Amino acid sequence: MLQLIGLHEINGPLAVLDQVPQASFEEMVELKLDTGETRYGRIVQMEGDRAVIQVFEGTRGMSLENTRTTLLGHPMEIPLSPEILGRTFSGSGQPIDGLGPVFAAQSADINGQPMNPVRRVYPRNYINTGISSIDGLATLIRGQKLPIFSGSGMSHNKVAVQIARQAKLTGPDADNFVIVFAAMGVTNDVAGYFRRSFEESGVMEKVVMYQNLSNDPIIERILTPRCALTAAEYLAFTLGMHVLVIMTDITSYCEALREFSSSKGEIPGRKGFPGYLYSDLASLYERAGIIEGCPGSVTQMPILTMPNDDITHPVPDLTGYITEGQIVLDRGLDQKGIYPPVSVLPSLSRLMKDGIGQGYTRADHADCSNQLFAACAKVQDARALASVIGEEELGETDKKYLFFGRMFEEQFLSQRPNEDRTIEETLDLGWALLSLLPREELDRVDDKVLEKFYRPQAAAQRFHD
Amino acid sequence: MSGNRLAVHSINGPVVTLQGPSGLQMQERVYVGEKRLTGEVISVSQEQTTIQVYEGTTGMRTGEPVEGTGGPLCALLGPGILTNIFDGIQRPLGEIAKDSGAFLPAGSQVANLDLERRWQVTLAVKPGDRVAGGQVFATCPETAVVEHRAMVPPGLSGQIVSVQPDGDYRIQDTLAVLRDSQGREHPLTLCQQWPIRVPRPVAGRLPICRPLVTGQRVIDTLFPIAKGGTAAIPGGFGTGKTMTQHQLAKWSDADIIVYIGCGERGNEMTQVLQEFGELTDPKTGRSLMERTVLIANTSNMPVAAREASIYTGVTLAEYYRDMGYHIAIMADSTSRWAEALREISGRLEEMPAEEGFPAYLPSRISAFYERAGYMQTLSGREGSVTIIGAVSPQGADFSEPVTQNTKRFVRCFWALDKSLAYARHYPAINWNTSYSEYLDDLAPWYRQQISPDFMASRQRVSNLLQEENKLMEIVRLIGSDVLPDDQKLVLEAARIIRVGLLQQNAYHRDDTYVPLPKQYRMMEVILAFYDRARRLVAQGVPLSEILETGLSERIIKIKYEVPNDRLELLDGYLQEIQEKLAALERQP
Repeated sequence: MLQLIGLHEINGPLAVLDQVPQASFEEMVELKLDTGETRYGRIVQMEGDRAVIQVFEGTRGMSLENTRTTLLGHPMEIPLSPEILGRTFSGSGQPIDGLGPVFAAQSADINGQPMNPVRRVYPRNYINTGISSIDGLATLIRGQKLPIFSGSGMSHNKVAVQIARQAKLTGPDADNFVIVFAAMGVTNDVAGYFRRSFEESGVMEKVVMYQNLSNDPIIERILTPRCALTAAEYLAFTLGMHVLVIMTDITSYCEALREFSSSKGEIPGRKGFPGYLYSDLASLYERAGIIEGCPGSVTQMPILTMPNDDITHPVPDLTGYITEGQIVLDRGLDQKGIYPPVSVLPSLSRLMKDGIGQGYTRADHADCSNQLFAACAKVQDARALASVIGEEELGETDKKYLFFGRMFEEQFLSQRPNEDRTIEETLDLGWALLSLLPREELDRVDDKVLEKFYRPQAAAQRFHD
Repeated sequence: MSGNRLAVHSINGPVVTLQGPSGLQMQERVYVGEKRLTGEVISVSQEQTTIQVYEGTTGMRTGEPVEGTGGPLCALLGPGILTNIFDGIQRPLGEIAKDSGAFLPAGSQVANLDLERRWQVTLAVKPGDRVAGGQVFATCPETAVVEHRAMVPPGLSGQIVSVQPDGDYRIQDTLAVLRDSQGREHPLTLCQQWPIRVPRPVAGRLPICRPLVTGQRVIDTLFPIAKGGTAAIPGGFGTGKTMTQHQLAKWSDADIIVYIGCGERGNEMTQVLQEFGELTDPKTGRSLMERTVLIANTSNMPVAAREASIYTGVTLAEYYRDMGYHIAIMADSTSRWAEALREISGRLEEMPAEEGFPAYLPSRISAFYERAGYMQTLSGREGSVTIIGAVSPQGADFSEPVTQNTKRFVRCFWALDKSLAYARHYPAINWNTSYSEYLDDLAPWYRQQISPDFMASRQRVSNLLQEENKLMEIVRLIGSDVLPDDQKLVLEAARIIRVGLLQQNAYHRDDTYVPLPKQYRMMEVILAFYDRARRLVAQGVPLSEILETGLSERIIKIKYEVPNDRLELLDGYLQEIQEKLAALERQP
């Protein structure tokens, strides 16, 4: 293969190569340094016979003379085989667990291809996470992309581990369930925490990890989710497994993209992020789904930290526009010691309505969750009022709402990190809490359903001051 | 066209340039590279020609050939459009899936419409007839509910010299031959090409006078939209833009729906395909899909095709309008389209205006919305295109450029509200910030067709909501207990309006679509209750006694308990209000 000696220009993670014959857009290149070190890169721009190369491992130590470049003739690919389960890879798909290279059954372009909407199957069945606030109010559906919006210092990692450990399917394919975990720009401690937690709970052989730590090169961070999703697509659509992809932290990913974009000299959009951030995020998130004729599914649970807890920041904002709902964690709840600190009102699962109810969870699920949402909205109003005129001055109904709100947080939201609630437990608990309210307040539910589930005396006994 | 072989010089994402004079025209459709990817020329100079490519350019090399087609990017218009699902440049996704499976490869070459399918054609002209552009010369049933009317292409006129007999024909078969004034002969077929960026000609605009009835109470009653009108639905994520658009696409009384999924989720398009296939149109009793065409350019499909998808959609709509149909376009979401403009503009290194958007954003938005209208077609029929565009403002901040520029060009603004959505009040259209400028245009229609009192009642409902808004400011400070009973009654009436009238359940059999007469009668019942109760309060009857009658809850449940075809039941409610409240009357 033709080897080109020297470079024309180096700028941040980008290297410019002159007089490149027959290169193709987004082709992979191998860069050999005089020290014997080998790095990889990708062509990101071409003009005439000049090519701009993005170097994954960074350009440190490279000079215009000491580098020899080889074009590999194909876009970036990773090797895939059933053996990847239980393995750990770097952000660019190199094994880093010391167990040697993967014997590839096939390899695939990490950029994937858009799914044809005609061949998608609308997601319908749910994944039981054992966490009441998620199962009950923002149910995770197979094939969905449902992010967790968190903030620095909140317990999103603990929630992610709990979900990874407890998540299970119902029905005949219950065992056919694996997890792909992509860590982008997380600290060593956090990566270690995830690894330990997976090992301790004995799920490691069902997990594929791709990790890019916060001190690893940013270009590799941009590749990390793509490698992880390519592996997930392989497991789901070639091997027919149900895959849950957990990606953390999307904010670090976006910042890497911003850094890369500015080094290319692109015109920035909002807060310096590139104008194509939406399309770029969509190219990740839209890789969730189910396709016709394939038994498997790819479900995504991206985790992002909202800078300064600001939900209107471009990263959570654009994510929210692409994903099918969001689970929002709340600083106030976290400080009250409530775990998991899920803020109910802004949390939403768009696909929930079709994946719950008779045949999936339980017939009364939709009624229960609608009424809980409505009641939580009223609790907020009552609290706002109480903070102005004092709790004592509130009307009888508002007082009941305050009590309901407190019990809801303590009993429904709050659960131990190893507490795995069944969907029945969650829904029964929801009805018991709703029974604390006067019956005429439950206006989202049919009388027939209330007949069955409204038990004010039992509730009063169960939850007393 | 020059005879030179044109070759790719540089590649940057979807933007490809050629060096030197190319002889290509502005907006000419070109084939780029070995894979023959579709592209469009966006700038030409002596030194360089710039092309935007509608597909992924991964793997392309410099020096690959570029081929001009001599014409602009066109839509192929003919039978077979309805029930279909296309990508942004009108390639049928179903055909692509047959060729290449579940994923979309770059460079699929499939015909826009089925060229082999035979349609049962009835000719409407005979030799010797003089015809002009826009005139219908043949018809065929396209679906069970829509008759396709093949028209002489605009700009062509002359005499028919030969006509085929009625029968089954493919879309490219010659059905008749037309000789123009220069003596040239033109074959007339079931299909024609039209450049997507050029509005199709009409005889003239007609005044707007009929509503697009949507069956959604907050829209039809409070903020109606007219046939041929324009509306924007802005809202942050999770406020229900897509849901609202789905409801409008399902239930509005347009003849044909063009649903453009522009840069949105793939699963949503699947949902539309699936749901619309299962639902039946209340007017025709047939599947909703038979009057629907989908344009799906999801967020992960190439960004340049996303920019084109809006124009493809509106061109298809105009074509059916020219046949004399009423079309409603749902564009979800115009913000993604604007972002596609921004992205391409950025790649071209154009000088950005606000928030990185190009300076031509407002003119592009206005040009798009101006393609709506109630028109007299070239053949003398009446047809309309209504455009309903979703807007996804960044950070739910309505002051961003796309929302602000859209607001200038649409006359109906349905602002979705986060706090309503959080309280699961759907549709989450905020009645304080939304407006419709069509009220005056439509008032005569409502008076004649529904009730002479409709507009007056609507105004009273709107006033009650305004009054509630004012009172809530006080309540937020000191609670509602301190208000006098007459003001508490206003709050109660407004609550009934909000929960009983404005809130609508898309998943309830009767409530998902409510005909206008029922909407009017529901208003009537609420106002009757309010008027009667106000008299009692004025007499000194405590409000608590009125609330104890349980009438409020009865009225709120009307939406579920009175089926859409049994409006006579509402008389019972009026009577019940009279009786129960009369019993509370204080004897003088």
